[in-house]
Amino acid sequence: MQILKKIKSGSKSFALAAGVGVLLGMTSLSATAQQPIKVGVLHSLSGTMAISESVLKDTIEMLVAEQNAKGGLLGRPLEAVVVDPASNWPLFAERARELLAQHRVDVVFGNWTSVSRKAVLPVFEELNGLLFYPVQYEGEESSKNVFYTGAAPNQQAIPAVDYLKNELGVERWVLAGTDYVYPRTTNRILEAYLKDVHGVAASDIMINYTPFGHSDWQNIVAEIRRFGSQGKKTAVVSTINGDANVPFYRELGNQGIDAGDIPVIAFSVGEQELSGLDTAPLVGHLAAWNYFMSVDNDANHAFIDAWQAFKGDANAVTNDPMEAHFIGFNLWVKAVEKAGTTNVDAVRTAIHGLQVPNLTGGVAEMLPNHHITKPVLIGEIQADGQFEVVWQTPSTVPGDAWSDYLPGSRDLISDWRAPVNCGNFNTKTKRCGGSNAAAEARAALGQ
Amino acid sequence: MPLLLMLLLLLWLPLAQAEDLPSATAESDDTGLYLLQTLDVASFQDKAEAIRLIVTSDDPRARNWLSALLEGNLQRERSGRFVLVEGTSGRDLLVSDALSGEALGAINRRDLSRISINNPLRNQLRSALALIDLYSSDLNLRRASAERLIGEVDATLAAVLPDFLDEETDRRVHQRLSLALAIYRVEQGELAAVEQLSGSLHSRARVALTRAQSSDDAQLSEAARQALLGIEQKLKLNRAAETLYFGLSMGSVLVLAAIGLAITFGVMGVINMAHGELIMLGAYTTWAMQQLLPGQPGLALLLSIPAGFMVAGLTGIAIERGVIQFLKGRPLETLLATFGISLILQQLVRTVISPLNRTVVTPEWMSGSIAINDALSLTLNRLYIMAFALLVFAALIYILRRTRLGLEVRAVTQNRNMARSMGIRATRVDMLTFGLGSGVAGLAGVALSQLTNVGPNLGQAYIIDSFMVVVFGGVGNLWGTLVAGMSLGVINQILEPWAGAVLAKILVLVFIILFIQKRPRGLFPQKGRAAGD
Repeated sequence: MQILKKIKSGSKSFALAAGVGVLLGMTSLSATAQQPIKVGVLHSLSGTMAISESVLKDTIEMLVAEQNAKGGLLGRPLEAVVVDPASNWPLFAERARELLAQHRVDVVFGNWTSVSRKAVLPVFEELNGLLFYPVQYEGEESSKNVFYTGAAPNQQAIPAVDYLKNELGVERWVLAGTDYVYPRTTNRILEAYLKDVHGVAASDIMINYTPFGHSDWQNIVAEIRRFGSQGKKTAVVSTINGDANVPFYRELGNQGIDAGDIPVIAFSVGEQELSGLDTAPLVGHLAAWNYFMSVDNDANHAFIDAWQAFKGDANAVTNDPMEAHFIGFNLWVKAVEKAGTTNVDAVRTAIHGLQVPNLTGGVAEMLPNHHITKPVLIGEIQADGQFEVVWQTPSTVPGDAWSDYLPGSRDLISDWRAPVNCGNFNTKTKRCGGSNAAAEARAALGQ
Repeated sequence: MPLLLMLLLLLWLPLAQAEDLPSATAESDDTGLYLLQTLDVASFQDKAEAIRLIVTSDDPRARNWLSALLEGNLQRERSGRFVLVEGTSGRDLLVSDALSGEALGAINRRDLSRISINNPLRNQLRSALALIDLYSSDLNLRRASAERLIGEVDATLAAVLPDFLDEETDRRVHQRLSLALAIYRVEQGELAAVEQLSGSLHSRARVALTRAQSSDDAQLSEAARQALLGIEQKLKLNRAAETLYFGLSMGSVLVLAAIGLAITFGVMGVINMAHGELIMLGAYTTWAMQQLLPGQPGLALLLSIPAGFMVAGLTGIAIERGVIQFLKGRPLETLLATFGISLILQQLVRTVISPLNRTVVTPEWMSGSIAINDALSLTLNRLYIMAFALLVFAALIYILRRTRLGLEVRAVTQNRNMARSMGIRATRVDMLTFGLGSGVAGLAGVALSQLTNVGPNLGQAYIIDSFMVVVFGGVGNLWGTLVAGMSLGVINQILEPWAGAVLAKILVLVFIILFIQKRPRGLFPQKGRAAGD
């Protein structure tokens, strides 16, 4: 009755506000027990990227179903909210806004290409969302709202080059890639690394870019053959993306370039891509990833069995970005349990330092720079379309957001814990660059 | 010198094998088992050592083991028994005992584990096998072995090679081994051997000469320099020939993709945006044929030629009857309608078949290349496609010039009303012409399935190029399409090495735009009454 008196004595507008507030509070209290936790899925289901991204949507749906079978999270069921950005970069931003503002999802798993990630970044920062990004990428970025569960360059490209140099004795390098941001940045890092650390001469490095979906590889492969027949062991480091790989490998086979003479190590070719290819002529060519389907491990066997049962296809393959989603999803679940809420800021703070098992028999830890620890595996393509691991790092490698081999990014670190709380802290000037430093770093890269 | 000993022993291998195998004693099996067990270790270095051990053992089964290891067919059962995989039977593998050679029937894959190898081991195995095969009675094995040994000769082999060469009767083996020996001698600094290498285009010979050029011996250095100069000259010619071949092969792909359009767009004047999807249907027909005839990719590919023509041709006729005939004389609406059809066809394939690319197997006789010399080899798949493109072109020219249908087509396109008053059923001719153009697009699809991805987006990659070729060549002129396609291919391949693939494409496009400004009707414009429209 006292409240009623107060309302009566107060202004009309105050009464209205308080009334609404009480009502809202009551509904939210009674609803939390049943209302599902919403998990947004932002992967292209149509267009050119559908080939790679649609399986990631299925992965999240499977993980959500598994979590629900375990009794949900915080006593609430999980619900996947799927939208289709249709391989269209501006549409990614629109769909991200739809997920966060309209569906009010608690977390988003999504994106494949770097350009789509760059498109949604401002949306996630503006609306304070959570994004788990599962694909290997070029680094040089760290956002408060994004967790990068794929490999940074130091978790894929750099160890791969070390393997070629130390185990195979490679002295000449062809850096071949598709013409867009990921290959260009990765190759720039690799070029600097080869020159500065391994002392490779500029004449022993050949860099080549081709358009998306390039199909006429005759000239380039002939050039690689000539470049590789100068008496020094040569290898191709390939950041060629998607479809273009099929005619590329076919031309390699036809021109008689064998993995024994000039091995090709790929950063974008996984089990999924090989399933569209006759792999007999490719035996021995390499790929560097943090996970292979062929890894012999109980956790991996269980994951593969669950996946094949979920897809209803005994031949369905698993790949590296799927493992990244597996890790990312489990890390998020653990962080929500630790924080006791799905509140973005609480989860974001809780997740630092959490550990979950990965599928290769190790442990993935979320680092303060929003990257995770991963083992690096080098696999050789086998005739059955699988990879066989021929080398791996003795322990996991922590992801590094800012490359140590590029000017401008060398002095930057990312640490999202207090007191630094910054994605691009300059260790020399002792100040946080904010969004400015990222722009500076990009300018230094010449983009 | 264990290697020498081994080589001498291996000379008697065929005889020894016949005597040894049936009466394999328990004692010899023990050594065999021991040798295989040394292979079955985790470290690749230890495996390399084990391979060396097997090579130097005089075990007659060594070649079988090594080649099985190379192919991934040497496996170990759970029980510890080593087996060789002979084939597959469903999900099981057919195996035989690695030691006794006795057939063991089918064994589940999961009960076997493969002895894994990596690239350096693969190289080691190939060289080891080449050494063994040098003494094989099979001429093909001997030739492959001689080819492999170029650049891999060491002191032991160099010591026995001269005697071996005296006895070798095959010219090719003789020539390759002499080259291999000469390379070794140049590496050792023998001046006389430089002469033998001059004129050789083999990359190993060039590497050896380049090294000799920087040696301290002035005489040797000068001789090597002279030899290299001669080689460089020859290489330049070869590179020009190679670029021309690349250009013509790219050109023939362009011609194949565009020639169907040259009929529907060039002759009939229909802007058919679904042309790329008709190509795609041809490619999918090839895939479907290979699914129907598993294990016979070559036969399936040959049968796909008529099948692809029919599928794409009938689809084309359906499009013409269903849509295009109602839009006669309204090019903008035709463009939009056929663009819609192209999207429908793409989505249809995505939904019915799969959004993922399909694997089309290349038959044995189409993979690999034929070597003209050590620096120039022509890839076979491109060679076949070039021949196929010319055949299709010749057939089309024949149809348009020499058959009743061709006569009617030309009559209807030149003057529709006059042709109709002469009793030609113009609508039927329209339908057949469009069907012919579409069918040829299907043929292009069959050929493209051997070069690129078979997926829903296949057509989009070729539609722009096709229009480019037809417009550049001169609308309505088949010869123009041939010349335009071939020259665009060659120009592109000449530009590519120094401009890069991206810039080369842009430059070609700019060139065409400028050319069209100067000659709006293309390379070979229609002349006379035919041009009036």
